Amino acid sequence: MLARAVTHALVGLEARPVEVEAHLQRGVPAFAIVGLPDKACQEAKERVRSGIASAELEWPLRRITVNLAPAGLRKEGSGYDLPIALAVLAASRQVPPERLAEHAAVGELALDGRLRPVAGIIVAAEAARRAGLTRLLCPFESAPEAALAGIEPVPLRHLAEAGAYLRGRFEPEPVEPAAPSTNGSWPDLAEVRGQERARRALEIAAAGRHNLLLAGPPGTGKTMLARRLPGILPALTLDEALEVTRIHSVAGVLPASRPLVDRPPFRAPHHTASTAAVVGGGPRPRPGEVSLAHRGVLLLDELPEFHRPVLEALRQPLEDGVVAVSRVGGMAVFPARFVLVGTMNLCPCGARGDPRVECTCSQQKLAAYAAKLSRALLDRFDLVVTMPRPRGRELDAPPGEGSTPVRERVEPAAEALRGSRPPLGDEARALLTRAVDTLPLSARGRARVARSAATVAALAGAATVETAHVAEALSYRPPQELAT
Amino acid sequence: MTYPVVSRGRPGYPALLQELHDPPPRLYLRGGPADLLDLPAVAIVGARSCSAYGAQVARELARELGAAGAVVVSGLARGVDGEAHRGALAAGGLTVAVLGCGIDRDYPRAHAQLAGRIVESGAVVSEYPPGVEPSPWRFPARNRIVAGLARATVVVEARERSGALITADFALELGREVFAVPGEITSALSAGTNDLIRQGATPLLTATDVLEALGLERSPPRVPDTLSGGARTLLAPLSETARTLDELGRLTGLESAAMAAALTELELAGLVAAADGVYRSTTGGRSMA
Repeated sequence: MLARAVTHALVGLEARPVEVEAHLQRGVPAFAIVGLPDKACQEAKERVRSGIASAELEWPLRRITVNLAPAGLRKEGSGYDLPIALAVLAASRQVPPERLAEHAAVGELALDGRLRPVAGIIVAAEAARRAGLTRLLCPFESAPEAALAGIEPVPLRHLAEAGAYLRGRFEPEPVEPAAPSTNGSWPDLAEVRGQERARRALEIAAAGRHNLLLAGPPGTGKTMLARRLPGILPALTLDEALEVTRIHSVAGVLPASRPLVDRPPFRAPHHTASTAAVVGGGPRPRPGEVSLAHRGVLLLDELPEFHRPVLEALRQPLEDGVVAVSRVGGMAVFPARFVLVGTMNLCPCGARGDPRVECTCSQQKLAAYAAKLSRALLDRFDLVVTMPRPRGRELDAPPGEGSTPVRERVEPAAEALRGSRPPLGDEARALLTRAVDTLPLSARGRARVARSAATVAALAGAATVETAHVAEALSYRPPQELAT
Repeated sequence: MTYPVVSRGRPGYPALLQELHDPPPRLYLRGGPADLLDLPAVAIVGARSCSAYGAQVARELARELGAAGAVVVSGLARGVDGEAHRGALAAGGLTVAVLGCGIDRDYPRAHAQLAGRIVESGAVVSEYPPGVEPSPWRFPARNRIVAGLARATVVVEARERSGALITADFALELGREVFAVPGEITSALSAGTNDLIRQGATPLLTATDVLEALGLERSPPRVPDTLSGGARTLLAPLSETARTLDELGRLTGLESAAMAAALTELELAGLVAAADGVYRSTTGGRSMA
């Protein structure tokens, strides 16, 4: 006796349809899974057997062969538990096979038959919808996520419910569409005292999506400011939100309480992170931190402490906005368009730039520290701000402007920049040329200044870029002490 | 590749160098004409690991001296030396680097490019033939040539036992003027220079001090008439002391964006320099009348 269930295998951010065929034959009772299952998928045997027993269904005492087709595609993870169990049940006619064939299914089984969520549900649901299926059998917690894909999810808590549903004896409760998240706000800018210059740079970075480098002695609020950037970024459009949700779902970092990532994500990997963790990789290509930060903010705290290969690997996504991960196990392209925020001290001991402490770094150490940031990487920061240690009077100042008014300025500017960037005025162009002649400013540096000047103009609501805008943008170029 | 050589007792050998009690028998030259070495020159020397203050003083001083027509002599080392060469070049002035190794050696490596820019108008010189490797015992000997070529020596920043003090000693032996840039008494980087002042060196307060010793006229940086109102507002608080942007905002009431633009304007006009997030007036407030 033969039966089929439909599920999906994740390949990068795509899902490929997989047919789960179960065949029952006479013979010594046995259970084999074929079709390139990985270790987690092989172990489905034990979970499926226990799950079926716990659901008070019958484990067929036959020779059972499960084939995952196409057999050439590698199958990974525990999401095949539910379709395998249902295919076995259909083959033994405990659920109607023709009804099962109308559904896609995905989910992990617990030994007591409960269903557990797995990664990549939204991607699998979209693939199922494209394949013409209208309903997806999935774990209860994953149902809101599946609903985002425009398919009708069948939320299930237990394998027994799945069996009852397919036999027409159970109607699952309707799924509420994912509501826009309101909780879990970002920290507010009002908590930052002083550092007006860095605050202004943060606003420009948010409006024009410019990469920002904050340098200065420890304790000047670099990290504090960086963490407040997502809070002033414009909200994501629905399409952007779905794109980000897909990436987070595939990476398995999507919280069940917030199935739709509708706000710019914020990622801050530790400086010991590996290249694969940051740009993506692994035997099966997985999105890295740069992709998880897509449409949001990637903070590299203590930038020079990161491994050099990690920093160099960032150059490609910074340039192209995508990461292509090629492995023996397949190739995947992950979007990675993020605002990079780096923080760093001015020297290894951290005292430089602090008038009260004397820097004890040797010249060699300073040179090695500066060399860590290659010219090429430094060139990708549109805005560089050196933050001096605030004087006591700045710390005594009343709270600064909050995130909300800043975001209200950023949003129209970002909207204006979405169309065409304001053109350079004649005088502004002359100033830029003079700056190239007078200052150490490369051709790339000139283009960068022109870009950030356009953002400054957009924030000011100007139709063309004036000299004042260029002058301000010039003040955020990398300072001499970092450029050597 | 062969380089021009000037030998002692032959025409072209710098007259001032004869006053040393062991003048180098010959000098190898890369770049500029040999008579460059007879122009009025000032040595600017100091610590390799200098502070932002030292770097800025060295650069601005060299810029003003270079603009006024003085040749800036230094040792091409990192820190103060390098900044002095850069400052002179930025003003379109002449500068001479004296090496403690062969003139084809580009030492330190990081300053190879700088050396290339120096020889376009100035010169790199050494008493050692091309190919001689740098070694520490040659540097004090190099310092006597630095002092010997210059009519005055300025020590910008020096720790207590710094090579720059050796240069100052040579200059004193020759009876040349020695200036020391005063520094904070708490800073180890200024211990050497402050000690020089106690011993009788002239404290250097403006570039004019040096130019007077050389008999040259200072070309004062002018405040351009086209300066915007915002930029003018910032000049007053900056002439008192170095300030952060937050302080300037508190003192002038200007917006951060407006100040950033105004400061760039001042930087381009050469009136203000920024280092480590702190802004300093390059004129010491004296040119603002």
